[in-house]
Amino acid sequence: MEDKKIATRQSYGEALAQLGEKNKNVVVLDADLSTATKTCIFAKRFPERFFDIGISEQDMMGTAAGLSTSGKIPFASTFAVFAAGRAYDQIRNSICYPNLNVKICATHAGVTVGEDGATHQMLEDIGMMRALPNMTVISPSDATQTKWAVEEISKINGPVYMRLSRLAVPIIYDDNYKFEIGKGIQTGKGTDGTIIATGVCVYEALEAQKELAAEGINVRVIDIHTIKPIDKELIAKCAKETQKIVTVEDHSIVGGLGSAVCEVLAEEYPCKVERLGIKDSFGKSGKPVELMEYYGIDKKAIISKFQNKMLDK
Amino acid sequence: MKITHTEALEKIAKNIRMGIIEAVYSAGSGHPGGSLSCADILTVLYFNQMNIDPKNPNAEGRDKFVLSKGHCAPALYATLAEKGFFNKEELKNLRKFDGILQGHPDMNKVPGVDMSSGSLGQGLSIANGMALASKMESAGQRIYCLVGDGEIQEGQIWEAAMTSNKYKLDNLCLIVDNNNLQIDGTIEEVKGLDCIVAKFASFGFNTIQIDGNNINQIIDAFETARCTKGKPTAIIAKTIKGKGVSFMENKAEWHGRAPSQEEYEQALKELV
Repeated sequence: MEDKKIATRQSYGEALAQLGEKNKNVVVLDADLSTATKTCIFAKRFPERFFDIGISEQDMMGTAAGLSTSGKIPFASTFAVFAAGRAYDQIRNSICYPNLNVKICATHAGVTVGEDGATHQMLEDIGMMRALPNMTVISPSDATQTKWAVEEISKINGPVYMRLSRLAVPIIYDDNYKFEIGKGIQTGKGTDGTIIATGVCVYEALEAQKELAAEGINVRVIDIHTIKPIDKELIAKCAKETQKIVTVEDHSIVGGLGSAVCEVLAEEYPCKVERLGIKDSFGKSGKPVELMEYYGIDKKAIISKFQNKMLDK
Repeated sequence: MKITHTEALEKIAKNIRMGIIEAVYSAGSGHPGGSLSCADILTVLYFNQMNIDPKNPNAEGRDKFVLSKGHCAPALYATLAEKGFFNKEELKNLRKFDGILQGHPDMNKVPGVDMSSGSLGQGLSIANGMALASKMESAGQRIYCLVGDGEIQEGQIWEAAMTSNKYKLDNLCLIVDNNNLQIDGTIEEVKGLDCIVAKFASFGFNTIQIDGNNINQIIDAFETARCTKGKPTAIIAKTIKGKGVSFMENKAEWHGRAPSQEEYEQALKELV
């Protein structure tokens, strides 16, 4: 399956069009980025249920909120930096506080945006969105998971932030996979350590797992696709069973998956956690692969955390 | 029940003003100035124009109102209480720990509140969404949104105005409570808006200019808006901040402070 790479934004666009077929209440909003966020697929099929609000993300979030009060299920899309960042107050006060049924599906998260550089690489959105009461935060790792996530988030009543990527990544899960909000996915049972990853970094973690196994280091990988509510039980269980925890994300280490895992473990099972992510800095231009290496969120960085004995029991 | 007699509506507006004073006095804080300026507009909306039922506040297909200037919650609460959405006694619990009447409107706590609000500049976008949904369902609802004049310094209002125009939301009616005062002084002193009417006209709105404290002019404006097809309407309502209480009228200081006991008694005397 590894030969086929699909960006989660592409899978999102396709899944959204399928969902639109099944559920006539689904409406989609975009802010002049529909060809990039892939909502254009829905727009082509259901023009009467697609609203291009133009380059005005704050207005888009408010319009989505208004549509939801009348029974529609709005999916609002733009780049993560404009969704969570520019329209934060609208998401907070007009969507989360009244607990409205708006699905914010933000693409182009993280440094893997690549060449566009720092202004377009959203590294704080997980932190901002998971701090909001009523919000569910989803960060899928591959095309299959994204497809299922679109379906599942349409079934829950309340605000959702789904974080998608520009970078095409290999497909991890097959069609038998069942997506369950709030449940992490464990791969392997190794007891030498646990890699907890989300989004585009899950594939890197699985590759690291294979290479470490070849060296006789057996780790397990947890794909945390739901950052909020986070799977506390699984995280605490793996910490108990493996002691070593490494988190990895295409996001700032401040407020993101690493922080969320530390919060869980501080209360449930205090242990040392190594956080891989962007270390309190902005991104920069470059190819996604170069940037993942530079910021230390790729396979190599993960492997080194288990080789250099920093996390020895 | 639609009330059409001017005098009857004026009496209701007085009751709403008394409710505002009662609530803000009981709370010891709040925003009486802008609440009093829009009391006549809310009277006409809830007692003459809107298709709503206090016994069934969430009825599908009802007309909706968004108080974008959420700090004027006392006006909305007093209106809803007067209409029978909840007991008037509740007004005394404004801003209280055990009460339902939050400092700014909460749609999940207060019967009859169609949208939570408080952070300025967001209401017109919400109203657009409601109006779009109504058009998709051919539900024939009318959607009303009240903004303050200072509030339209927020950029989102103009983003939203372009959206109202793009989708030709003729089921949407925006009202600007043009009382010409904001916290730091007059609109001109803080950041002048020049001609509000011309601004909305250039954004594609049907514009109507009225005395927003005159019941008959308000009714006529809403009827004109109702008959206007193919474009949204903006009613620029010239009002007096603090209207109805002599010592509060046209004084920026009454934007956000509660009356003392003496002032409270004086205000009620004037309103009876």
